[in-house]
Amino acid sequence: MIKQILAERLSRRWQGILRMPKWLQFVLITGFVAVLPPFIGNYWTHVLAYIGIYVMLGVGINVVVGFAGLLDLGYVAFYAIGAYSYAFLASPKFGIHIPFWMMIPACAALASLGGALLGIPVLRMRGDYLAIVTLGFGEIIRILINNLDALTNGPKGLLRIDPPTIGSFTFTTPTHFYYLILGGCLLSIFFTSRLNNSRIGRAWIAMREDQDAAALMGIDILKYKLLAFAIGASFAGVGGTIFAAKQGSIFPDDFSVMVSVNVICLIIIGGLGSIPGVIIGAIILIGIPEVLRAAAMYRMLAFGLLLILMMIFRPMGIFPSARRKLELKKED
Amino acid sequence: MSVTFTPELIIEQIINGLTIGAIYALIALGYTLVYGVLLMINFAHGEIFMFGSFAGYFVLAWFFQSGFATNHAFLSIVMAFAGGILVSSALGVLVERLAYRPLRNAPRLSPLICAIGVSIFLQNIMMLFVEAKILMYPDVFPEKAVEIGPVSISNFQILIITVSIVMMAGLYVFVKKTNTGKAMRAVAEDKDTAALMGINVDRIITTTFVAGSSLAAVAGVMVGMYYSQISHMMGFIPGIKAFTAAVLGGIGNMPGAMLGGYILGVAEALGVLILPAQYKDVIAFSFLVLILIFRPRGIMGEVVAERT
Repeated sequence: MIKQILAERLSRRWQGILRMPKWLQFVLITGFVAVLPPFIGNYWTHVLAYIGIYVMLGVGINVVVGFAGLLDLGYVAFYAIGAYSYAFLASPKFGIHIPFWMMIPACAALASLGGALLGIPVLRMRGDYLAIVTLGFGEIIRILINNLDALTNGPKGLLRIDPPTIGSFTFTTPTHFYYLILGGCLLSIFFTSRLNNSRIGRAWIAMREDQDAAALMGIDILKYKLLAFAIGASFAGVGGTIFAAKQGSIFPDDFSVMVSVNVICLIIIGGLGSIPGVIIGAIILIGIPEVLRAAAMYRMLAFGLLLILMMIFRPMGIFPSARRKLELKKED
Repeated sequence: MSVTFTPELIIEQIINGLTIGAIYALIALGYTLVYGVLLMINFAHGEIFMFGSFAGYFVLAWFFQSGFATNHAFLSIVMAFAGGILVSSALGVLVERLAYRPLRNAPRLSPLICAIGVSIFLQNIMMLFVEAKILMYPDVFPEKAVEIGPVSISNFQILIITVSIVMMAGLYVFVKKTNTGKAMRAVAEDKDTAALMGINVDRIITTTFVAGSSLAAVAGVMVGMYYSQISHMMGFIPGIKAFTAAVLGGIGNMPGAMLGGYILGVAEALGVLILPAQYKDVIAFSFLVLILIFRPRGIMGEVVAERT
């Protein structure tokens, strides 16, 4: 009895929150996240910052997988391109020190160029072929990083990468990076939600649902696929740059296939195409394992199981996008 | 790098390539068979191969401990193959039953993602089971070089190439000559019509998984003997490469998968003569991208790259 009342109250309160205007929810959540660091200490700030990087990656790959419906398993390649580009041009390795803020757009551009270059040959394929080829591409990039010693120092990695600065202020503590990453997340979320509601976003969704019908309606399929790839990649480029700046040193192992798989998993578990889903997914997949260090051994096992169960029992994810929900209902 | 390309070296590299190509071919057949009936890429096939290899290891290790292997080397190997086949087939059937069957009519992305989940799950189960150790495969018989003129081949290589050819010939006869094989081809052609003709589609799909998993298990045991060490990660790269081989030959096409495996193996082995060995995997993946761009239907396959 008590249980029932509690559940009812909880659900009513929850519905109240959900009924608030979208912008108010957004402001409340952002405000809450923004005041956190002083209260939670360095370790938790670090964990949240790490989750934030994955939110950026998730938002980016959401454009490719969620909006455009292209399964990209080589997303880590663009993350690596961003991180290594910044490390080349802002570390003692080549004695070049280009400021962080100039490198952000440059790395975004480089990563999206990489996305376009990969996209041109492979985008004629559909579904699972695309998945395997992009997986292969991610591996090629990792093998190159591991072996081009003259450029990347191989497994020894690139060290002493410049931190970002504003005037005489230098980003050093986890809290500084926390706010940097929070800013990055907000911008990414802003961009993608604008994209989703634009002409381009609608073209992507039309294409995802039925490529042939979309083509008949005059959507240039290849152009829009390429656009999705390039735009999605640019988020990874920025994420990689921030990651390199935050860590101060990067190694080939930071860019294994598992990064791509994690990012894909988090958007699937959160709900394809939905932005709150990305955040929930990142907290579940990146945050919880980080906290449950003791269970690290079982983390990947649980991942795999979660993927299987999600696909069978709740393919739309925890937080399905509104459009997806509509689509799924219509089918009933 | 200063390598002199003597004809002997090239011939030896080709034989090395055929050996590893035989392995790719055996695994590739599993991809092709499953793709034929379910139109899905069984991403977990590399892990089924890995499980076969481990099962063979445990059988051999047990025989060594009990001293049985010292007198009955040949029988031990046969038992290792049998153990591998048993475990892999059971696993293949289980995975199909629990993970793929509920998704048979789902959108195409779902089974693929599910298969990735299965792959991660199986890899980590094995990691926990063997505590992430790299295991040394027991030496059942010593590796010997057989000299044929100026070229030397190891007895393992002869074993691998022979066994792979026998297995593939067996599979070919099974698919082309038996009733079950005929039913398999019918299911690959059109599931609904096949069902109307009185074929038990579920049973045929199970049979397909058994066949594919058995070939992978044989490949796994042979890889263990050839490289003499195995780990829970061993399925990933051969899995992708075998998939490449299947695509190269034209996915869904059995002779194509065999040919694709050998071609990929030889191309890799010869590529290593020109490029440093670390780039071996790059060769294979570049191969995959190039085939899919220029000849998506493979050497002897049908058009599939545009099929949804």
